[in-house]
Amino acid sequence: MTERFMLSRRELLKTSAAGAALGLASASFPISRAFAAAVTVGFIYVGPKDDYGYNQAHAEGAATLKAIEGISVVEEENVPETVDVQKSMESMINLDGASLIFPTSFGYFDPHMLAMCAKFPDMQFRHCGGMWNKDKHPMNAGSYFGYIGMGQYLNGVAAGHATKTKKIGFVAAKPIPQVLLNINSFLLGARSVDPIITCQVIFTGEWSLAVKEAEATNALVDQGADVITCHVDSPKVVVETAAGRGAFICGYHANQSPLAPEQYLTGAEWNWAKVYKMFVDDLVAGKPLPNFTRGGLADGFVKMSPLGPAVSEAARAQFDGTLAEMMKGGFSVIKGPLKNNKGDVVATEGQTFVEAAIELESMDYLVEGVVGSTA
Amino acid sequence: MADTVSSASVPVMPGAQGYPTALEWIARRAEAFVIPLAALIVGMALFSLFIALVGKSPMQLYETMWRGGFGSWFSIQNSLSRAAPLLLAALCVALPARLGLVVIGGEGAIVLGGVAAAAMGVATSGAPAFFVILAMGVAGLTAGGIWIGAVGALRHYRAVNETISSLLMAYIAIALMNHLVEGPLRDPASLNKPSTEPLAEAHRIGNIPGMDVHWGLVVGVIACILSWLLIEKTRWGFAARIAGGNVRAAQVQGLAVGPLIVGFTALAGAFAGLAGMLEVAAVQGSANASLAAGYGYTGILVAFLARHNPLAIIPVAFLLGGIDASGGLIQRRMDLPDATVLVLQGMLFVVILFSETLYGRFKAFNPDLWQRGDLVKRPDLLKGTA
Repeated sequence: MTERFMLSRRELLKTSAAGAALGLASASFPISRAFAAAVTVGFIYVGPKDDYGYNQAHAEGAATLKAIEGISVVEEENVPETVDVQKSMESMINLDGASLIFPTSFGYFDPHMLAMCAKFPDMQFRHCGGMWNKDKHPMNAGSYFGYIGMGQYLNGVAAGHATKTKKIGFVAAKPIPQVLLNINSFLLGARSVDPIITCQVIFTGEWSLAVKEAEATNALVDQGADVITCHVDSPKVVVETAAGRGAFICGYHANQSPLAPEQYLTGAEWNWAKVYKMFVDDLVAGKPLPNFTRGGLADGFVKMSPLGPAVSEAARAQFDGTLAEMMKGGFSVIKGPLKNNKGDVVATEGQTFVEAAIELESMDYLVEGVVGSTA
Repeated sequence: MADTVSSASVPVMPGAQGYPTALEWIARRAEAFVIPLAALIVGMALFSLFIALVGKSPMQLYETMWRGGFGSWFSIQNSLSRAAPLLLAALCVALPARLGLVVIGGEGAIVLGGVAAAAMGVATSGAPAFFVILAMGVAGLTAGGIWIGAVGALRHYRAVNETISSLLMAYIAIALMNHLVEGPLRDPASLNKPSTEPLAEAHRIGNIPGMDVHWGLVVGVIACILSWLLIEKTRWGFAARIAGGNVRAAQVQGLAVGPLIVGFTALAGAFAGLAGMLEVAAVQGSANASLAAGYGYTGILVAFLARHNPLAIIPVAFLLGGIDASGGLIQRRMDLPDATVLVLQGMLFVVILFSETLYGRFKAFNPDLWQRGDLVKRPDLLKGTA
């Protein structure tokens, strides 16, 4: 926050009058409509814009649009998944003249964004999460999402080289398919370095619950894990706690290296700038916006944080090699023979699941080597 | 509750001091309006200083707030939508408060009311729509009533502090909701956002005709009016106020304090549970983690600002709904963080709490003190109003 602790007498007088003058204010001080731009794009976040995580990743994407001529960006943070978000969208349309809105939290889609799509058929809405279905949902709605599992696999490669105890840890929010795929990918990446590595997972039960995230991180380090990653909305608490305990860190959602520059190995980040620019370019060109778009590392939807100083030469070589292979396309993290951690076969010899495989969307298991339970 | 004390214990002597009766009538009632209004203005003036310190114009801020919360038909509907759940949530605090209990765990009753209603809606989905909605309402009322009623029972029969127990039980309720929507009640199709099965369109509650606000607002207003009648105009309400003033005295009088406490807390919880049901039926369409949106906690603020008067809850909820509604516009127009409106809410809260100490201190509001010498003749008046 930029604070200016200068208060002239004139300002002070204005200030003290402000409270009393509330009723008159709207009549006597017309606000300038600074939104004369050709296109106004609205962004809505479920948490703070500077959370070093999910919301910051979107806000960084939104920030790149501000530089584009003729584009005006309006943003709202900390908007809950209730009628509030419906009203925020409506307010952006009615008061700011927004014509394209990105409600970025998963829970904004149904029923909130869909309600607004029906109410404003001429406006465009694109939601982060991959739930749009052309048989069920209107054409002014749409989805975009990224495949980030391979990013966690690369995190695992870096972690596999860094761990001395052969135990790595994962702080997870909820046992839903996306999170389970990330946990499994992290462990499988580490096992590509050394197959005796195990990964302990702790679920906090909430997307954002700082106290439990800190407790979980401490518990993982207490049990011997020396590389920690996570899938919660804001990794800040996990990163700072793990760094304080001397563990290495693999990031998630955004780049957390400023929080622990020495111990940060790498991180799986969203690259929403690319996606948002694509939508806005189409909008400015007058082309119809895509209704469904997804991509991974090779498509530029996901990127890796620069490797940190603690990453060894051997680790760097394997990391770069794996990344190059992924960029070619067709790489499978989940491939047979593979068992879950209860001993059941989840992929037979020769069976592979590329990142876009529909089976991965309903993942309900943790692979062998992950210590923890989905229920 | 200085207003109720003064009107109950001080005999009204119209025209006794030689002033016009109407003026005395106004003076006696003005206190309840003038003090909160003055507190609001002081709170906003303090907030202006804060805004000026971070280098923004308070004028522009209040102009933006006015525009975002109250300045147009759209903004008013926006504020009313946000106020709707706060009415019932605030009753969950205000009703026990009249018995001297500080219940702050309404959030738990809201989420469980929502889950119970969603489960009921799915279980009875074959029945006529009217019956389904009614059954959902009953389920929400019951779940919330049991939850906060248990807080009251723990208070009276086991001497467990109701503030702590209700807060802790809210955490249990949220954990229970998560367990139910991620386990037994989960719709298998809700992969990445565990939810109960969606309600059929016919079983949803729609908007008030001509407005973009759902029927929950009307339900909330009716509940506030009924609660006011209960407290001010019935013998149960009278008994509750006696018990709230002095439990021992109430017991000596032969009042059944236990049933009163359990009954009032259960009713309070039932209202919160109904708020959860409305959230499911009118907004979300299913029960999921979004139910724990903090309405129960904002309800505490509303109830305290309304000084636990159910009728005052209505305008206060509208005011806070408006502050909330304007929060988005403040972020967008002034580049201030979301926490800005929280700071304003906090400042208002502190100033209003402080203003509680001012009741009965102004001679202008007490015609009995208007003439010199009255203090000597009627020293009991000072005691009653201090």
